[in-house]
Formats: sequence, C-alpha cells, structure tokens
Amino acid sequence: MRVSAIGCTAVTASLLVALAACGGREAAAPSTAASGSGSGECQGQQTTGITDTSIKLGGIYPLSGPASAYGDIPKGIKAYFDYINAEKNGIGGRKVEFVVRDDGYQPPKAVEEARRLVEQEQVFALFQTLGTPSTTATWDYTNQQKVPQVFVATGASKWGSDTAHPWTIGWQPNYISEARVYAQYLKQERPDAKVAVLYQNDDFGKDLLGGFKKAIEGSKITVAAEQSYEVSDPSVDPQMRNLAGSKADVLLNITTPKFGSQALAADAKNTSWNPLHIVNNVAASITVLKPVGFPNVQGVVSSTYYKDPNDPKWKDDPEMMLYYAKMKQYAPDADPTVPYHTFGWAVASSFHKAMEAAKCPTREGLRDAMRALQNVQVDMLLPGVTLNTAADDGFPIESMQLMKFQGERWELFGDVIDTRKEFGPLTN
Amino acid sequence: MSGPAEVTEKAARAAAPTRGRSLARVATARRQWIVMAVLLAVACYAPFQLVPFRVFQLTMVLVYAVALLGLNLLVGHAGQISLGHGAFFAVGAYGSAIMIDRWDTPHLATLPVAAAVAFALGLALGLPAMRLRGLYLALVTLAIAIFLVPLLKRFEAVTGGSMGLTLGKPVPPAWTGLAEDQWLYFLALAVTVVAFLLAHGLLRSRVGRALHAVRDNEAAAEVMGVRLSFYKTLAFAWSAMFAGAAGCVYTWVIGFVSPDSFALTLSITLLASIVVGGLGSFSGPLLGGLFMMFVPSISQDVNDAAPGVIFGLLIIAVMYVAPTGLAGLAGRMTRSITKILRKE
Amino acid sequence: MAGFLQEIVEGLGAGAIYASLALALVLIYQFTGIVNFAQGELAMFSAYIAWQFMAAGLPFWLALVLTLAVSFVGGMLIERVVIRPVEGAPELTVVIVTVGLFIFVNAAAGWIWSFLIKDFPNPFPGGAIEAGGLSLGYSTLGIMAVVGVVMGLLYLLFQHTKVGLGMRAVASNPSSARLVGIRVGWTLALGWGLAATVGAVSGILVAPLLFLEPNMMGGVLIYAFAAATLGGFDSPVGAVVGGLVVGVAETLAGAYVGFIGSDLKVGVPLVIILFILLLRPQGLFGRAAVERA
Repeated sequence: MRVSAIGCTAVTASLLVALAACGGREAAAPSTAASGSGSGECQGQQTTGITDTSIKLGGIYPLSGPASAYGDIPKGIKAYFDYINAEKNGIGGRKVEFVVRDDGYQPPKAVEEARRLVEQEQVFALFQTLGTPSTTATWDYTNQQKVPQVFVATGASKWGSDTAHPWTIGWQPNYISEARVYAQYLKQERPDAKVAVLYQNDDFGKDLLGGFKKAIEGSKITVAAEQSYEVSDPSVDPQMRNLAGSKADVLLNITTPKFGSQALAADAKNTSWNPLHIVNNVAASITVLKPVGFPNVQGVVSSTYYKDPNDPKWKDDPEMMLYYAKMKQYAPDADPTVPYHTFGWAVASSFHKAMEAAKCPTREGLRDAMRALQNVQVDMLLPGVTLNTAADDGFPIESMQLMKFQGERWELFGDVIDTRKEFGPLTN
Repeated sequence: MSGPAEVTEKAARAAAPTRGRSLARVATARRQWIVMAVLLAVACYAPFQLVPFRVFQLTMVLVYAVALLGLNLLVGHAGQISLGHGAFFAVGAYGSAIMIDRWDTPHLATLPVAAAVAFALGLALGLPAMRLRGLYLALVTLAIAIFLVPLLKRFEAVTGGSMGLTLGKPVPPAWTGLAEDQWLYFLALAVTVVAFLLAHGLLRSRVGRALHAVRDNEAAAEVMGVRLSFYKTLAFAWSAMFAGAAGCVYTWVIGFVSPDSFALTLSITLLASIVVGGLGSFSGPLLGGLFMMFVPSISQDVNDAAPGVIFGLLIIAVMYVAPTGLAGLAGRMTRSITKILRKE
Repeated sequence: MAGFLQEIVEGLGAGAIYASLALALVLIYQFTGIVNFAQGELAMFSAYIAWQFMAAGLPFWLALVLTLAVSFVGGMLIERVVIRPVEGAPELTVVIVTVGLFIFVNAAAGWIWSFLIKDFPNPFPGGAIEAGGLSLGYSTLGIMAVVGVVMGLLYLLFQHTKVGLGMRAVASNPSSARLVGIRVGWTLALGWGLAATVGAVSGILVAPLLFLEPNMMGGVLIYAFAAATLGGFDSPVGAVVGGLVVGVAETLAGAYVGFIGSDLKVGVPLVIILFILLLRPQGLFGRAAVERA
C-alpha cells in the first residue's frame, strides 16, 4: 500500500482540529450543592444542569431512520415546557431547557448522544430515551455517572424490576402488565379462547407475548398459532394468512403502527375468518385505524392509560382544552390530534410533578422523588390512573382501561384495572 | 472496475518530477514515517486532553476505521463490492459478546477468536461468492446482511435473541492509572495500529500485488498466472477478518449487542463511508471513520427536524467535490498548495 | 391441495409487487449501467405526490396521469442536477450518490408528510374471484395486469425502437455511442425519467396494500433486487419472472417449511440468488457479457 504523506497530513490535521476544538480535559469535578443553599440534607449532592432559575434536560429519540414516527413525542414535550416556561414561570421558578438528540434507533449512537448530553451539554437529567435497545445501551453509563434517566419511553419490564440501576425509571405501563390486562379480559369473555398471535420479532413483541403466555397459564385459554415479522418486512400478509389457517377465535395483534394497519386490513379482508381482534396499545392510535377504514375495525379491543385527543368524550376536559390551545400556540406546525404529541405532553407534565416533589433540587433529589410517587395525579392520564412508585417499585403507571372501537372512536369500557393490585407484583 | 486509487496514483506519479524519482521516493518514505510518528503521538496524547465524551467518539472512529480498512482491502484494492460488511462486523461483535457472556472470557482474549471466526466465515462465504463479479457479489452480500438479523434472533439461547446481550466493559489495569474511556481508547488504538500494519504488510506482499493485478485487469492477471478465485476469496476473508476485529472492539466499547444494531443500514453506511473517505488510500479508512462518526451529528445541528435530509445531501456533496473520496481531495489540495508555494 | 394452490396465488401476488419495482431497476440499469439504490424511495415519493393530488380533490385517474408526468420530469431533473456532476466518476461514486439520494428522499418525505401512515385508495375493486376453493383478489389481478403491460412496453422499447437501441449503445459504451451521434446526456436523462415513471407506477400499486409511509418501499427494494438479479439485470421479462419466483418461493417456504417459518423466510431469496448465480451468473434471462479485456 502506498502510504501517502498527504493523506497522513490530512488525518493529523483533522485530529489536531478536533483536539483544538475541545481544549483540555476539564477537571472532572461535578458541581455540588453549595453549603449555603438549602437545608443541610441537600449538601454535597449533584447540581449539574440546575440553577435557581433553570433546569436543563436532554432527550434521545429516533428523528431519522425506520422508527422516525416516534420523533413526534418530543414535540409534545417541548410544547408543554414552552408553555410552563412562558406562563407558569417554569417548574418552581426554574425555566426548562430541553435538548433533543437523534440516535436513529441505533444503540451506539444512543451511547454517544447520552455522553454528549451528560458531559458536553451538562444536562441535569436525561428525560426520556426511546426504545429498549437504546435505553439498555445507555443505562449502565447513566447509573455510573449518577445521572437520572427519567421516564424512559419503552415498556420493557426491566426498568422497574431491576435493582442495580436506581437512576433509571420507566413511565408507561410495561408490556407484561398490558398482556395481563388482555389475558384477564379473555378469561372473562372467552374463557376457552384459542388465540392466534402476530408479534414483532424484537424485545417489545417478545415481552408482550411472553407476558401473555404466562398470564394464561392455568386457564383454558391456549395460544393456537404464533407468527412473527421483522420490521424490515414489506408486509405481514403472509403471516396473517398462516394465522387465519389456525381458525383461532381471538387474534392478538402485537405490532407497531404500520404493521398494525396492515394486520387490521388483512383481518378485515378475510371474510371467512372473524376472530375477536385485540390490538396492543402501541398500535391502537387513531392514526393506525383510520387508514384501514373505520367500518373495517369495528369491535376491535385495546387498552390505554392516557386521554385520546380524538375522543369527543374529552372535548370539554380542561386539560385537553389546555393541550389543544397550547399546542396551537407553541407548536403550530404539529397536529394536536396525533397521540404521540399527547403522550409527550403527558410525560412532560409527569416530570413536572416529579420534579416538584423532589425535596432537594439535585440529581439525588430527583432520583429519590421519582421512586416515591404516591397517587400523583397527571391530568392527561385517564381518570383513576395515577403515578405510584416505591423504593422497590419502579413502575409509575400500572393501570390501564380496556376500550373497544365503535363508530369513529374508541369507547372505554369496564373499570380502570390496577394490574398491580389485580395480579400482584411482577416477577420475572 | 478500475479503482480510484489508480487515478490518484497516476496523478501522484505525474506530479513527481521524473528525474529524481528514486531520490524523491526515499525522501517521501522518510517523511511518511515522520508523519506517522507525529500522528501516533497525537493519538496517544489526545485522550489526556479531551473530555471522556470526545474520547469515546474517537474510540468509535477507530472502531469504524478498522472495519473500513477491511472494506478498503476488498473494494479499494481487490475491486469487489460488498454490501454486507455489517454482517462480518456483527459476527465479530457477537463472537466476542457470546464468549464474554457464556464463559467469562477475558475481553482481550476474545479478539483473536472473533477475528478468526470472521475470517473463517469470510472464507466459507467467499468460496461461492467470489465466482461472482461486481454487482452480483454486491447483491449476495446484501442478502447476507439482511439475513443475519433474523438468524441472530432465532438462536436465542446463544445470542440472547432480540433482547441482545449486555456485557461488562474491560476494566483498566490498576498500573495504568487510566480511566475506563481512556483504556478503551488505547485498546482500540492498539488494534487499529496492528490492523494498519497488517494491511500494509499484506498489500506489499505477493497477495497485494496479485490483488492489484486482478483489480486493474482481471484477464491479464489470469494470463500472467494469478489464480483469480484464490486471491479474491482470500481478499474477502481478510476483509471479513478486519470487520470482525472491529466488531469485537465495538462490543468492548458499547457493552451491548442486539441484532437490530447490525441492520442493513450499517453495511450501507460502511460502504458509503469508505467511498467518501477514499478507496485504495491509506488515510481513506480514517477519514471514512471520521465521516461516519461526526457527519450525522453535524447534520442534526444543521436541521434537527430532518437530519437525514442534510446527511443525504452531504454524501452527495462530498462525491461532487471529491469523486475519489476525501483522501483524494486532501491530496489534490496539498498538491495545488505546493504548486502555488513553488511559484512564489 | 387447495391451500397449497392458494399459497402459490398469494405468492404470485407478492411477486408482482416485487416485479413492479424490479422493472424500474432493470430499466435504469439498461440506460445507465448503474444500480439505483434510491429507486424505491423515488417510487415512494411519487406515491406521496399522487396522494397529495388526491388530497387536493383530484380524481384518482387524473392524479395518476399527473403523477406519472411529474415523476418523468422529476427523474430527468434528478439526472441533470444530481447525477450529471459525477457522470465521468468511477461507477461506485455514482452508486454512493444514489445512496445519498436514498437517505435524502426518505427524510424529505418524512419531513413534508410526517412518518404517520396515510390512507391510499385502491384503484381496483375489493372483491375476489372464487373458483374451486381458490380466491384470486381483483387487486392482485389488477397489479399483475399492470405489471404485464409495463413489461411488454419496456420489451418493445428495448428491442424495437431507436431510443432503445441508442440507450443500449450508451449503456455499453458511452464514448463510442457519442461518436456515432447519440446524445448521451439526454439518453441518460431519459433513462432516469422513464425509470422514475415506472417506479411511480410501482409506488401507486403498492401504496394501497402496504399503506403509504416513508419507509414503505424499503422492504420491497430488497426483494426487487433479488428479482432483478434472478432474472438478469438486462431483461424486463426476466425481472418479472424473477419477481414471481421470489414471491412464490418465499411464501411457500414461510408457510410450509417449519424450520424456516416467517422469521427466516427472508433467507429464501438469498439461497435462490446464490444458486442461480452459481449456475448462471448472468441470471435466468440475461445475456452473458462478452468482454474485451
């Protein structure tokens, strides 16, 4: 190989530029609460990224790549923070700055961005990393650095059950609890159901399917057929045909939005097989059902925990009215009827509550607060759904309510099911 | 296909005055070693000056550079296109991860095994694949890259399925006094240096000459007695080995492997990066690694609503400005600067 | 037995979708000698353009005609603006430019229309012909018919027109072609325009089945590559046959071979490609290239 001197020079130059740009390694002394401020118990705790007037948060979402649809969530979060900054003087007098970074749903990129946010942006906390792979790749780091990783946007059960990572906590109901809700519903409605399952072949699909299988143990409900698909598949039609061959009387549809639509459409098209169709919460948004055509999705069952912006039931709900008004004001380009924005709004106001509850305005204070939430009411969540955590319970939301699609919208039915009370704690 | 390296070489030859060629060559060789030494010194000094986040970024640049070095061997020197190098990267990453996970193998010990496994796999796949040329080989490798993801998910007992495997990171030995990120960086740097020396030696050997002959004119090479399929298969295997070694270091650095991290995007990004960096040149893999690491974040700084728009445009723009890659562009710039200086 | 035949029918339906995009790939390869990675994304973008026309209230068929026209002009523009500057560069440079284009178009579509799925009307009626326990959807039939017509037109274009001749000359040797008076630049632009138009047809056929979103064609592109390789990159008939074979093989393997199952069925095209290429490196219908060293 011809070692070109010129090439070497180029590399050296770029390295030098990189060097010069970064300057020397800073003395790694995280700022801590000054002895004067606050009461004695906050002394010596970390105050990086937080002052008396500001608080800096960082979030990591896929803004590019195949999972970009979730990139709408931070828009809802930003709208909420902009609103409280402008009209409510921030969280307890502290204006929130929310830095969003893109990881393209790639774990190595998520690690890089987490480090950037913590070390360069000097954020107070990571507020949401999206997706199980990205969160798994980053949580060792955040816990080592003792940076709170608050309300991660994934329903894997390990965020709550793991004890080695006290700085990380989930938010949404975990997939296993969701599976338990469906299992319980079937036990009442179709005690000897034969269930066909379509699931995404990744952590999310496996978690939900595994939870469901565990929950139906000992009952007469059986899984008659299961088919998986990859996110890179063009279509789930072949899988749906194979499932139809099982003649099961219930279809459990564990998919992400696009494949959810495809599966619903395939079910509607097949007139000789009409199972009870249960679609998981991830794919239960109106934006998934609408392209299939409302007449084709009547009677589909799902479950939820936050208010649907398309449901006329909440038309006069003060929180929903506020949401619509503030979205219009602070995120005029975003469509408020998209539930991802609502999700963002709900999780941001949950953070607001958790931060307010913190005894010390420090990272330790937030860590302790997020594991001591008791019946905290967040107005965008369904009535009866509250945030509850304890030192040994890292699952903030564990209540869901079933809903059935009727006409042009979801109709909630039954009571809010507190999965913790109903089924006992999660045991892995 | 005639590699862009040929173009650079020709240009370089044209630039050098004919009469004092041998003299100039000696001078260049000496200058090369000086530059290399300076480069290495800078590389060793950097982690003590940078924040851990930057050290991490540089570590990833080195990881990508090793993988790109392998790809450069295949694409730049042997003239074969692979769209599946993400798969060999994944094999190295998983090889290392499985050993650490199942048998608590020390991190460093996984490197030779991971590299060997990737080499063997490259050899096995190379045998049939190397009967194919250009486009067809590209498509077969593409299919391999796609197929690997569901395959990794299928053998859940070993690979951890779609959940992936979470692993501890190598602990810096106490005598070094290094922090974890610095230790990882030096490990990656060591692997990179060894890889570059290996590739350098390989290309100066019989194999390298045979490969260049194959790339420049397959038929003529064959007539001259070069066993085409043998050398092409060998190039494929070596190239897979470098990718595997890079994958292994990736596992040390990230501490987490999952099938969806090694999707087709990785393979395509690798190929794009080596072409952007510069095929067939020494600095191409490093420049490609820098591109792969930093350009996506730059894209996001420019347009955070749709980073892909900028990233796509930047790839196209680089290809306009430097059709033979950044290495070629750097060469052109240095030459024209020298020219200007000489005139004055 | 009826079940088996039904699976074959479904496989043919899936195969027709792959074939529709494979035709565009073959077309551009014929004109320019490169593989266009962005072909699927351009097809997706065309489908969005059609959707936009319909959202503005135009009837389907008018929107279709307009979209095809826009795609043709757009394809030519892309060649003139994006590809032209790297025309003389190594082949791989051009391929990487199409990768850049892929990423750009995908992100741009998401930026303009969001990543949420869109409803796309199906031009074909919903029902199915039922015969002997088999059911053949009208939309499957419709897709097959359209693909057949496009294939026929391309065959005529390649073999029986002066443009086709000139185009083959350009693809095989641009400088000689220029010497005999063919306007190489315009021929290349024409190739991009036509490929974009065929791609638009594919996008519009696919959108009602897979639902319109920016990543719609990603999965299809891989199978289309497989189809084009199988049939030979220089034969429209081959592309269609290749698409159908891939579709049927993949469907049958997913349905009947227990070990393969639906998760590993993506490996079937790999095995097919490998075998075909080992036996016939030029593909089923391709001509072996005779090279002068």
